[in-house]
Amino acid sequence: MTGRDAVLGALRRAAPPAVARPAEPAGVAYPDPVAKFLESVQGVGGMGVRVTDPAGLDAALEGLEAVRAARLVASLIPGLRRANVNLDAVQDPHELEGIDVAVVPGELGVAENGAVWVPGRNLGPHRAVFVVAQHLVLTVPARSIVHNMQEAYGRLTLERPGYGLFISGPSKTADIEQALVIGAHGARSCAVLVVG
Amino acid sequence: MNGHPENAARFVADAERTHWHDTAVWSVRQKRDRAAWTVPEWEELREAAAGIKAHTLSRLADYLEEFERNATANGIRVHWARDGAEHNAIVHGILERHRVTRVAKSKSMLTEECHLNPYLEARGIEVVDTDLGERIVQLAQEPPSHIVMPAIHRKREEIGELFHRTIGTERGLTDPTRLTEAARLHLREKFLAAQAGLTGVNFALADTGGFVVVTNEGNADMGTSLPPLHIASMGVEKVIPRARDLGIFLRVLARSATGQPVSSYTTHFHGPIRGGELHVVVVDNGRSASLASPAFRRSLSCIRCGACLNTCPVYRRSGGYSYTYLIPGPIGSVLGPQRDARANASLPFASSLCGSCSDVCPVKIDVHHELLALRGALAEHGQVAAGKRLSMWFLGFLLRRPALYELAGRMARLVLRRLPALARLGPGGVWARQRELPPAPAESFREMMRRQP
Repeated sequence: MTGRDAVLGALRRAAPPAVARPAEPAGVAYPDPVAKFLESVQGVGGMGVRVTDPAGLDAALEGLEAVRAARLVASLIPGLRRANVNLDAVQDPHELEGIDVAVVPGELGVAENGAVWVPGRNLGPHRAVFVVAQHLVLTVPARSIVHNMQEAYGRLTLERPGYGLFISGPSKTADIEQALVIGAHGARSCAVLVVG
Repeated sequence: MNGHPENAARFVADAERTHWHDTAVWSVRQKRDRAAWTVPEWEELREAAAGIKAHTLSRLADYLEEFERNATANGIRVHWARDGAEHNAIVHGILERHRVTRVAKSKSMLTEECHLNPYLEARGIEVVDTDLGERIVQLAQEPPSHIVMPAIHRKREEIGELFHRTIGTERGLTDPTRLTEAARLHLREKFLAAQAGLTGVNFALADTGGFVVVTNEGNADMGTSLPPLHIASMGVEKVIPRARDLGIFLRVLARSATGQPVSSYTTHFHGPIRGGELHVVVVDNGRSASLASPAFRRSLSCIRCGACLNTCPVYRRSGGYSYTYLIPGPIGSVLGPQRDARANASLPFASSLCGSCSDVCPVKIDVHHELLALRGALAEHGQVAAGKRLSMWFLGFLLRRPALYELAGRMARLVLRRLPALARLGPGGVWARQRELPPAPAESFREMMRRQP
């Protein structure tokens, strides 16, 4: 007998009587989800910035300290003034080491926790870019801010096959005496530009 | 072999450290409370999370098959392991085929359970734990003492000393920010050198054939986005029916674990990295036996948030290493004896049965009731220490005989009024040794009632 049949067989024999799926509660809704989202981004250690004019993206980037100090900026949003890394020319993701800032377009923002949904296709040829770069800038359309995670999963489409993730603020750890430290392995800072 | 009381006695001998540990862990429980209070539908979410888990457990084999079918369609290779040994052999086989000698691992309690690290290291493979807390205990050659905060028992001075000794930081470094920065640079090198990434699985999704891994540090993403090979290990209980159910579980997981509204990175893997391979190893290792037991199957709902550890008055004051099972605290005391009753016989007693664990559990596991049930099961199988057995028998004898009970009470009051120190003597005096007894009353409740007109 293979491991598969043995495991599934044992689980079938052990199965308890059928239990029906429960009803799903309604998730919290906020009077101003965009304001709540910006507040949540701040709460998780990120920086939330409202960019009302989509043409103002370049200016908004210049307003970020991480971008001003950056030497190498990789952008998955075409046409940005500061972008100077051609990701399509990168053969091996290990070559991404050294990138100072990655700019990645998000698809959806979640008001309750400041998370931004980034589908794999938005990460370009090497998905490692968002975590290898020293700093991260995400954008999200203001009209795509949802109230909570339940609503988010109702909206988003998972790439199959593929990859996708929620990013909520910068990389962090509290593994040494519960002291919060920003910048564990991934982004040392995470700015979220809410566009529109 | 030492049980929880003997190990805990060593821990509490350092009163200052005990207090420090208690305070540090309790602060996480308080963060959890503040996070839970921000969600008006919190209790309904717990109810839904518990319900989805109960439903899934009643059809576990079906959902696993659905997961396998959809995962295979996504290009993920699914393997099955009856126990830890099979799991380790499968993981090693894949690594060997790819001639891998250096792997970056992100946190997984299952691989701890299977003792994967020593197995791979004995076969010439360097395994680097990349979660900062995990890396600290790995460098110290210790097991994790908490399932979410593996190095919660270590003070910053000790970590500074450890890093000085193992990764060459300057002596006397104690600032958490600088220590973390040192670990970041050290581990970045390891990430860049790794030929494969190993992770656990927080949730496997039956309807989409993918799985989710959550971290705050980004180590799972880094470890699986640079090398072409990713192997993920999951217990059979990790599958949930639909990707949409994540909307429920992710709303309670991080809030219960650390008080965050969500973890920093919640990554959905639905196929291999471009040009690479993605393997999932599905492990039973005793879980089907737990599923068969009506009393204990609910413990399979656990999503490993650690909230029951943080709230437990016994865990907080006795530390993770007092527990004989690799998952410490209340939930580990339920899981451990199911895996090995003899080795973990003391654990169900390492609880005041106050029920706080059950109150904070995001999937509503009746932790303290299961602990009580385990005590009964252990007693039936003669796994309870002789002293405890004898005193329970004696108490049972006494409580069944009201006249004898009254006499014993009168004698105890008489003796304790004159010689209170007597309560602390002998093996029966353990409880009173660290407590100030109130003065013995002059009469019993029953005597008082008898005087009522």
